[in-house]
Order: sequence, then structure tokens, then C-alpha cells
Amino acid sequence: MDAFRRTSGRGVRARFDAPEAVLLRSLIEQVVDLLTDPDASPPGSPGAAGPYAPPGTPGFSGTPGPSGAGEVIGPAGESLDPGTPGVPSPAELETMLGMGGTAQAPEDPALARLLPDAYRDDPDAAGEFRRFTEQSLRGAKQESARIVLDTLPADGGPVKLSGEQAQSWLRALNDVRLALGVRLGVTEEFEEQWQELDPVDPRSAAFEVYAWLGGVQESLVQALT
Amino acid sequence: MSVAPSEVELPESGEQTTPDKPWLTIVWNDPINLMDYVTYVFQTVFGYPKPKATKLMLDVHHKGKAVVAAGARESMEHNVEVLHGYGLWATVSSDS
Repeated sequence: MDAFRRTSGRGVRARFDAPEAVLLRSLIEQVVDLLTDPDASPPGSPGAAGPYAPPGTPGFSGTPGPSGAGEVIGPAGESLDPGTPGVPSPAELETMLGMGGTAQAPEDPALARLLPDAYRDDPDAAGEFRRFTEQSLRGAKQESARIVLDTLPADGGPVKLSGEQAQSWLRALNDVRLALGVRLGVTEEFEEQWQELDPVDPRSAAFEVYAWLGGVQESLVQALT
Repeated sequence: MSVAPSEVELPESGEQTTPDKPWLTIVWNDPINLMDYVTYVFQTVFGYPKPKATKLMLDVHHKGKAVVAAGARESMEHNVEVLHGYGLWATVSSDS
């Protein structure tokens, strides 16, 4: 990868090798799946748009996950199919308006970290806030992820981003780091955790990916400041 | 766009007019978010100059949390929503 650099104007550019692009796209798609609320849209047809786990993804092939190789973040078998277009139901209208959501924090710790409580010691206020904002937060995070997928060539190559697209990349990269970091149980002593792992431990490869993601994000932050 | 007639009095809004800014936006430490990233988010979201953003980031890192803004409840909730968009662990709290 060539690190992010500022272009003339407010944009940035970088270059990703093909394996890096495949890896990052796979992780981003897993986050999109993770953020897809099963209650907010009708279930899609089986196998319509499963998580993208390409064969031979470097550093990931041996990573254990809920549904096999390469699947470390997202739930299995979730579909991105938005459903048949037509007249929206009242429930769908509420979703469009970002209302009518649940007041309950997600049980999955990775998802709960992406959609945290807004009140720490006031469950009623936290539930009320979540009910009115969670759908739009999920949607905004998925939109950021989609902008990464739209601007990162599937077989690698140059990435050129406007200032606005760069913000979407920052948020989406951070969501991937959060989800992967929670899955790995990362602490402040990340380097030590990584070093203590046996190199053949599949988690070691996932830690390597996590560290790489941090480098990509750091490079983007530096290009923007 | 429409403008309200000037003779119409705006309704009293208790929270917005309270002078002592009783609501806070708090950001909590977490082991995943990078220090440079958190500083950058404070600069971008709040328009803070880099030294102030860096000091707040270091407060989060060393003290476990920092108050990054104070004001009306509604605007603190807006802050938290934006910060959650960036993946920071932010909460609203009353100043008591």
C-alpha cells in the first residue's frame, strides 16, 4: 500500500495492492452485515448477498469465525436485500424517519460497541435515545461503508477521495477496527497481547490485520491534518 | 424557507435558556481508538484548535474520561450522535 497523501484541494489519494483491497472490502462488508438490523427489513432470499469471504485472503485464511475462514466480524447469512420496492408499510416509514427502533442495546458486544448507549447511568434515557436514533446511526455507518466499497477497486489500485469521502473512510475504517478489536479482546497492551500469541495461532493473523488497519487509519488522519 | 413574524413570541425553553449549562458531553477511554484519530475527531466535530483537542484526548486517555462540551441537553445529544458516528464512546450526562 502507498500511504494516503493530500491531493491539491481537500482530497486525498492512496494505492492499495490487490490482496489489501480484497481484505479491506471483505472486512467492510462484514461490518455492513453486522449493522443490518434483522428487524428493520424483510428477510432476503436465501444466499442473495452473503458475506464476501474470498479464498486465500492473506493473513485471514486460518482465522476462526462463526461461519468459517475469513468471517471474523459479521453474522452469517445476513442479507443486504432491501426488500421488494412498493408502498412502504408504517413500520418501514418509521424506519425511514429513524424512529420506531428498539430501546434495547444489542447483545452482540461488537455491535453494542458500534451502537453504544448515550446515557451511562440512566437506562430509561438511554433506551429512549436509542429508540429514536439507532436506525439512523446504523444507516449512516452502512452508508460510510458503502462509500469505501464504491471507491476501493476490488482488484486494488489507486484510491482518490474527496474530503467528504475521506470522512466516510475514517468512520468506516474505525468501525472495522472497533468490531475486530472487540472480537479479539484488544486491550491497551495490544502489542504485548500480540507478541504473546504463538505465531501459528490463527488469532495472530487477525492481530496483524488489526495492526494494519490502524496503520491505514493513521495514514489517512495524517494526510488530513 | 420561511421566517417567523417578529411579533410572535418564541415559547420558553427551560433547558435551552438555563444559563449554567447543566448538560455535558463525556468521552470515555477505550483501548481501540487511536490517539491521533480521537484528537482529529475533536478538531473536526467541535472545531477545537489542535492544542485543546490534544489536551482533551490526553485527559480521556489518562483520566479515563473527559468533558468535551457543555450546554443544552439537545445539543449534547446531537454531539453524542455525531461522536458515535465516528466510533467514539460518548455519553450525555447532567452536571450534578
